[in-house]
Amino acid sequence: MASETIALTAAHDVPQPIGTVLHDWVVTVDHKKLGILYILYALVFLVIGGIEATIMRMQLIVPHNHFVSPQVFNRMFTMHGTTMIFFVTMPILFGFGNYLIPLMIGARDMAFPRLNAWSFWLTAFGGLLLYFSFIGGNGLYGAGNAPDVGWFAYAPLTATAFSPGHSTDFWTLGLLVSGFGSIGTAVNILATIVCLRCPGMTLSKMPLLAWLNLVMAAMVLLAISPLTAAQMMLSLDRFLGAHFFDTLAGGSAVLWMHFFWIFGHPEVYVLVIPAFAFASEIIPVFSRKPIFGYPVMVAATVCIGFVGFSVWAHHMFTVGMNSYANSFFTITTMVIGVPTGIKIFNWIATMWGGKIILKTPMLFCIAFLFQFLIAGLTGIMLSAAPFDWQLGNSYFVVAHFHYVIVGGILFTLFGAFYYWFPKMSGRMYNETLGKWHFWLFFIGFHLTFDFMHVPGLLGMPRRIYTYEPGRGWDVWNLICTIGVFFQIAGTLVFIGNLLWSYFNGKAAGNDPWDAWTLEWSTSSPPVEYNFAKIPVVKSRRPLWDIKHPEDPDWKYE
Amino acid sequence: MVREIHHNSQEPNHKSKRVIQWAPIMTAGCLLAASPVFGNSEDPSQMPNMFKPQSSPAHSIFHLSLFVLAICAVIFVIVFSLLTYSVIKFRRRADDDGREPPPVYGSNQIELAWTVIPVLIVLVLFLATARVIHAIQQARKPPEAIEVIAIGHQFWWEFRYPALGVVTANELHVPSSDRSHPTPTFITLLSADTDHSFWVPRLAGKTDLIPNRVNQMWIDPNETGIFVGQCAQYCGTQHAKMLLRVYVDSPDQFQKWVQEQSKPAQVSESAKEGRRIFETTACINCHAVSGTVADGRFGPDLTHLMSRDTIASGAASNSSENLRLWIHDPDAIKPGSLMPAMNLNQRDLDAVTAYLETLR
Repeated sequence: MASETIALTAAHDVPQPIGTVLHDWVVTVDHKKLGILYILYALVFLVIGGIEATIMRMQLIVPHNHFVSPQVFNRMFTMHGTTMIFFVTMPILFGFGNYLIPLMIGARDMAFPRLNAWSFWLTAFGGLLLYFSFIGGNGLYGAGNAPDVGWFAYAPLTATAFSPGHSTDFWTLGLLVSGFGSIGTAVNILATIVCLRCPGMTLSKMPLLAWLNLVMAAMVLLAISPLTAAQMMLSLDRFLGAHFFDTLAGGSAVLWMHFFWIFGHPEVYVLVIPAFAFASEIIPVFSRKPIFGYPVMVAATVCIGFVGFSVWAHHMFTVGMNSYANSFFTITTMVIGVPTGIKIFNWIATMWGGKIILKTPMLFCIAFLFQFLIAGLTGIMLSAAPFDWQLGNSYFVVAHFHYVIVGGILFTLFGAFYYWFPKMSGRMYNETLGKWHFWLFFIGFHLTFDFMHVPGLLGMPRRIYTYEPGRGWDVWNLICTIGVFFQIAGTLVFIGNLLWSYFNGKAAGNDPWDAWTLEWSTSSPPVEYNFAKIPVVKSRRPLWDIKHPEDPDWKYE
Repeated sequence: MVREIHHNSQEPNHKSKRVIQWAPIMTAGCLLAASPVFGNSEDPSQMPNMFKPQSSPAHSIFHLSLFVLAICAVIFVIVFSLLTYSVIKFRRRADDDGREPPPVYGSNQIELAWTVIPVLIVLVLFLATARVIHAIQQARKPPEAIEVIAIGHQFWWEFRYPALGVVTANELHVPSSDRSHPTPTFITLLSADTDHSFWVPRLAGKTDLIPNRVNQMWIDPNETGIFVGQCAQYCGTQHAKMLLRVYVDSPDQFQKWVQEQSKPAQVSESAKEGRRIFETTACINCHAVSGTVADGRFGPDLTHLMSRDTIASGAASNSSENLRLWIHDPDAIKPGSLMPAMNLNQRDLDAVTAYLETLR
């Protein structure tokens, strides 16, 4: 049965000329290669976005600083936000999804391999288009331009009256193009999970990662569409004189907010659900126990998927909605804390009574649990509309969503890197360097983002390039900036570890973690088409069944 | 040329006086509870601290926030302890026998418990929140209320008192409100260009100023003093220096201020030359001085410029040097502000500065 799946061995020992190798990567439709392309591409942008963040933190280290001009600062926060959301987090999650989903459901590739390649290159060129604005935004002679409207680009700042030149157009078109790429990938993930599961893998026997990516892909389809529509409307405004958002001609600024946030809030779940997926795979393996409450985990995710679409206007508590609308979005936002809480409880219950192995992937996941707990609680504070009237658009909010995106998503992503690196490269990473990475990044993260809550409570709004001394903000900003250097050090150790291990790491073998899902049944790295013979499964942990024939899971599930 | 911005010596020097009174209470309970937020400071007016409310909306938000913080702190302590306990208790020991722990697939009772309890917590939180939302948003306007229209501009605030015939900029004056005889201030929020947000944390939460939209907020500060805030919605290049000051005067002081502000500009013989230059250059395209030909609307009304403590929307104190620097090169104080450098020669610059200094 399933043991026959461990068949093909790596057969790529013959060295090939560099031209052939590069050509291979460019024209590939293999889901694993595209997954790795997504991931490498996102890592490059992670470094760029990180540099932009560092420039901002340097500017804010003391009040009335002159490190950069307000114009440059405004471009930095616009590009940092846009880059990190659209060209780092989304592609990196798509990359892991691409790589892992077919392997975990016992398929030979994604459902539409060519659509897959097309989607990747759209996303890649969308990012390049955005960054071309640095030279193209104002024409070449005005080099040095880039969008400065903020990553949610509120109207009417994006109208031609307030944003002359073409920097905003590069932003719009970059997101439009990469948005099509995201839709392509979402369609692909949906079709793959629905149609290509191996024999025996019913929906209730899929790995949680597949379930969560299914929900994510459905959300992408629903959430990217309003963003695409809004970008088109904005382009019509800017190029053809339409008046959707042009307030000088009677357009509506609030309409843009609705369009943007009905994309923007589900987008948060689009990003965090795959992060949940990594945690749901890593925590059981490193606790040596099956996931606790699998059906409830699935139900909670689907619930988040639905409720996630009814909370968007909590980003707009301050725009003057009436008290009933404010109450409605308060309750929906609070309610979404319930399924999210259930997930945290189930992860704790998974660890409960297990034998927790504190290797790097698990360390990142445990830190994620603590940090996501705090992010969730500050989220509850922000969901209370009157409290949000104070906290909204302050550094408290900045701290809150970085707790979600860095403390939640990036930490699990790092965990995922270490967990699947042996599968992707065939080599083991260096555990000591991994721990150094973890602790440096952990310290840096907490220095920066714990203390960032305080200036928000003391009235410091976001997106200001400088601030007045004597408002009680100075010392907190200083600490935040110091934390950045720990994060940079951690990231350098991470990149060094990846490079060193890729060339010098010990051979990992097929299944270094003694794990239970199908990707560990094939070779490391997996060969093209993944499996010599399509596996047949009987439970959620097919490799457990093989390893423990005397006590298989399918007897109990 | 002096490129330094001179801050008014009347403004207290906080750095020397401020006692950093924080104990880093970063304990399990609440990582937010560092005490500069709750503790005392010698110069509270310079700290836009939302936990020192001075007006009803800010008060009710403050009480709600304590309630929410308390519930969140309890949840935090419980879950944090569970997590820490399980990581420590169930970590694999050095002397592990290598056997797999017993698998547990789930438990409906437990799942039910940690679904129902959070739902109940959410219900309580929601009811408490809804009460505050309605109390603030549905407040009735008493007939004694002061009405102000606040108009956001890139990157300054215009304040108009339609019933009192006063127009001013950047420094909002309101009377203090007595509990027995409330005189709240109701502010209508408009925007002339992009989105802005009116945020003075000690008086109320923020409300946006959005073009083509009329928003409302109200404050009823009960103590006199200066309360600072700033624009809280990104509005363009100089969003950072769109500062905001609210002067809460005693009712008598406020009446006096209104009387002063309602007068037309004083005509002074000594500054005739400066006035001529002012009125024959582009200054009057944007600025108004009542009683003269200057009636521009794009920039702040200058009729009583010298009654204000700051210029450039709080970016610099209103001193002779700063005023001169501002006219000479606005970018030196506020790079990206919409006021153009007027390219006056030194003599004209002195004359215009002298004229503006007569506008009391």
